[in-house]
Amino acid sequence: MSTVAAISTPNAPGGIAVIRISGEDAIAVAEKIFASYGNKKVSEMQGYTCAYGYAHDEGQRLDDCILTVFRAPHSYTGEDTAEISCHGGLYVTRRILRCILKNGAENAQAGEFTKRAFLNGRLDLTQAEAVMDVISARGERELKMAENLRSGAAFKKVRSCSDKLLKILGDLAAWADYPEDDIPEVEPEYLRESLVSVREDLSTLVKNYDSGRIIREGIRTVIVGRPNVGKSTLFNCLSGFERSIVTDIAGTTRDVVEETVRLGDVTLRLADTAGIHETDDIIEGIGIGIAEQMIDSAELVLAVFDGGSPLSNDDVDLINKINNNFIAIINKSDLEQKLDLSVIREKTENIVFISAKDSDGISDLQQIIETLFELNEESFSSVTAANERQKKCVDSAILCIDEAIAALDNGELLDAVNVLVDEAEQHLLSLTGEKITDAVVDEVFSRFCVGK
Amino acid sequence: MSYKMGEFDVAVVGAGHAGVEAALASARLGCRTVMFTISLDQIANMPCNPSIGGTAKGHLVREIDALGGEMGKAADKCFIQSRMLNRGKGPAVHSLRVQADRVMYHNYMKNVCEKQENLCIKQAEVSEILTEDGKIIGVRTSLGAEYAVKAVIIATGTYLKGKIHIGEVSYESGPDAALPSTSLSQSLIDNGIELRRFKTGTPCRVARRSINFDAMERQDGDDDIVPFSFETDKSTLENKVSCFVSYTNSKTHEVILSNLDRSPLYSGRIEGVGPRYCPSIEDKIVRFSDKPRHQLFVEPMGLYTEEYYLQGMSSSLPEDVQLSFLKTIKGLENVEIMRPAYAIEYDCCDPLQLNCTLEFKNLQGLYGAGQFNGSSGYEEAAAQGMVAGVNAALKILGREPMILDRASSYIGTLVDDLVTKGCSDPYRMMTSRSEYRLILRQDNADRRLMPIGYKVGLVSRETIEKLERKIEQINAEIKRVSTTNVSPSVELNQYLLTKDTSELSTGCKMADLIRRPQLNYVDLKRFDPNRPELSDEVCEQVELEIKYEGYISKQLAQIEQMRRFENKKMPENTDYSRIRGLRLEAAEKLNRVKPLSLGQASRISGVSPADINLLAVWLHQETEG
Repeated sequence: MSTVAAISTPNAPGGIAVIRISGEDAIAVAEKIFASYGNKKVSEMQGYTCAYGYAHDEGQRLDDCILTVFRAPHSYTGEDTAEISCHGGLYVTRRILRCILKNGAENAQAGEFTKRAFLNGRLDLTQAEAVMDVISARGERELKMAENLRSGAAFKKVRSCSDKLLKILGDLAAWADYPEDDIPEVEPEYLRESLVSVREDLSTLVKNYDSGRIIREGIRTVIVGRPNVGKSTLFNCLSGFERSIVTDIAGTTRDVVEETVRLGDVTLRLADTAGIHETDDIIEGIGIGIAEQMIDSAELVLAVFDGGSPLSNDDVDLINKINNNFIAIINKSDLEQKLDLSVIREKTENIVFISAKDSDGISDLQQIIETLFELNEESFSSVTAANERQKKCVDSAILCIDEAIAALDNGELLDAVNVLVDEAEQHLLSLTGEKITDAVVDEVFSRFCVGK
Repeated sequence: MSYKMGEFDVAVVGAGHAGVEAALASARLGCRTVMFTISLDQIANMPCNPSIGGTAKGHLVREIDALGGEMGKAADKCFIQSRMLNRGKGPAVHSLRVQADRVMYHNYMKNVCEKQENLCIKQAEVSEILTEDGKIIGVRTSLGAEYAVKAVIIATGTYLKGKIHIGEVSYESGPDAALPSTSLSQSLIDNGIELRRFKTGTPCRVARRSINFDAMERQDGDDDIVPFSFETDKSTLENKVSCFVSYTNSKTHEVILSNLDRSPLYSGRIEGVGPRYCPSIEDKIVRFSDKPRHQLFVEPMGLYTEEYYLQGMSSSLPEDVQLSFLKTIKGLENVEIMRPAYAIEYDCCDPLQLNCTLEFKNLQGLYGAGQFNGSSGYEEAAAQGMVAGVNAALKILGREPMILDRASSYIGTLVDDLVTKGCSDPYRMMTSRSEYRLILRQDNADRRLMPIGYKVGLVSRETIEKLERKIEQINAEIKRVSTTNVSPSVELNQYLLTKDTSELSTGCKMADLIRRPQLNYVDLKRFDPNRPELSDEVCEQVELEIKYEGYISKQLAQIEQMRRFENKKMPENTDYSRIRGLRLEAAEKLNRVKPLSLGQASRISGVSPADINLLAVWLHQETEG
């Protein structure tokens, strides 16, 4: 059986995460991405032993890890297995997984480790039904997630590349299968240009890959409100919540401070802005302008109002400026409430009362955000899995296209080049489960007037 | 009123390209075989294009030949022009295509069948299949004659409830004015076979004297003719005719478009699904309205006839419209139609009801082949005829079935596509349907399939020994050039420069030079003094094996992986709806296809990788538990 890998711990931030690699080449793959501080050779490690070292991508260091080696049949799956325990940041964990996939492992399918354990006799036959339940449940969810994913931007980009490849393959198929029909010749130069262009698109995609971006980078969130309603208090309160700051990003201007914070399972990329109000101060005005732009580009707006004073004109102006996900935060809930909420309610039902001073209401806020973005534990792990698979497919496709371009440059005939392009397209199509041969045949008939 | 007319092992219903191969294969394997046809004068008739082969179809003919079939030999005997298509596009897509003399081809095949031991030919319309306990026990003809048989192969082509459409006129008919088969459909339905309606069409035949060939482009055959059959002597082959090319123009399109209302296709009188790859001229003009012209080929129907076939001009428009649009075409200004173009609708089955021996899953002993299975084309039909005929015979003889997987052949791909994916319009073979194109070349069909044909018993000892000698020569020569050292010389380097490839600075192996795309095996002979005399076929294989080594080993690895799944056999009569955890959609699809292996299951649309994982676990539990 092939070698597979997956993140075995829940795909949410935690203290540590474990990535499991299982199969014939598990140890060899681990050796490629792990270097031990004690200069232990991974391939020489005994079963049930560990090494302390770091995971790296072609020398570029990713994270300090512990590598545990299990030798067949003494592992969960009964195969050679390597487990990497790294720090629990989602980004770094997935980065390591990606690197493992690049070095020859396949993405483990739903229930794959358990299936292997069963097939390798590690589980009792009576457990088979339980295994099947696991596979079927996970398969169902992954299928659903994959369907949801189709509306995602990354998927659309893959799709557009796959359509371009399909067009090339359609040209090649029509050219090969209908030599006597009146269709254009396929020129190697044209083929090369098309392939180079697809390759560029795919590499851009990989570079900007938003692998579960909401999870990895967080929700682009902006805190707004007129001056002195308690924005910065909220900001500090959120940043300090659980004390789990991931990164510090320098503010784009002196008036916008950005920070990535975690609120339970949700990561927010938080920007605190200058208070929005009418002003003559030029510098402050610039800050306010930026704040307004940020409202438009943010995925989530946290608008802070002072519960202790009535709604002002500035407040109303602000409410009218917001056109996206909007949560009204009524601060100073510990004071006597003088704020009339009706205007706010017209715009949003999401209202949270907080007292930034003692972090009340923060967990309400977290819940509302999770509901708003339809996030739950499952969506975390599935989005990630599906995205890693996309990434792996795109990587494999790029490798095939490179081979195809090299074959063209080498002057090889188009039937050989065709086979490589086929393979590239099959990698992209595997995201939707389509079969290359069917897709190409459909393409030929829809675009070319061929046949007797 | 019925009467007994004898006992046979296998009855073949239909004597077209599928029926003939099925009957010959069954009889040659020692089964007493009877082949029925509505008219003896229609045996191996070509009611459409007078040609054999073409892209991917040429591969099929070579494969049929390697398995011990007749089509390749018949085509070699009866061709009047031969061309290897796609020369220069790479060996995976080289395709042999010949124009055949239609009458000669019919005569040749009829005579081969007549002389075949164990094979009886009957002119009769089979109107019923006779069954007992879900098994075939015989057939009955429309005259009431009953034949007791163990297996029936349905190869009815476009005869089954055939209906011809020409403009506003339609009538029940088989192809080429033969009688249709009217009752068999009902008998099949009564026995639980689901039928559906497909449609195809053919262009007019026109008189030679009415064509102005000078106004058309001429197309001649190859100088160096390659035969289809492994056993044909190359030196006897020659081209006898030319074909011609002309084009439609805006006037042609105008005539067609202004008469569309008189087409049965557009008025909705045809309900059958037509083939996408073989559209009628009116279809082409409507669907590809931006194309200023469409090409047509003018091809002779034979040596002793004045009829010419107009490839590309299939139509179901009325005869008068056909005449007026043809007259707008350069070279056809004075054209005289001898047979009008027509569309024909016919009954066929959904091939998902078949397993990969082409036997019906729910009726033992009943097989389907050719257009009846939803395919199209003489070569596709003949290929299925081989598969059905061989397997019907092997089953009666109590032997293992002949199952060809996708990696073995285009025939295997064709059958797997039909029985696993089904088809929504008549299925045509294409090179793009195979994922293993670089391995499944037409030039190595002998090496791929002849050992199977020999094992089955359709290929003679003498032929297989000839193949073994060829393989030995190929291997020895590959070994020789891989170990032969070439050192740089002024002469060689000058040659390399003229070929646009880099000079040698140090020595290398002869094989390294052959591998360069700019060079070839034959031309390097002058730098290879110890080269033995070898046939063209051997030289070709040596060159291809060396040049494509990387790709070949890559595809072989893919094949090995595919076959691992293919070797995991699903138990017969599995009820997938009872497998715990399987999604409903997957279970339904699996129950319909009843895959033989986990590999086949994975190719069914709507069956996800998780479903396959689950099946793997279940299968393990079944076989180990």
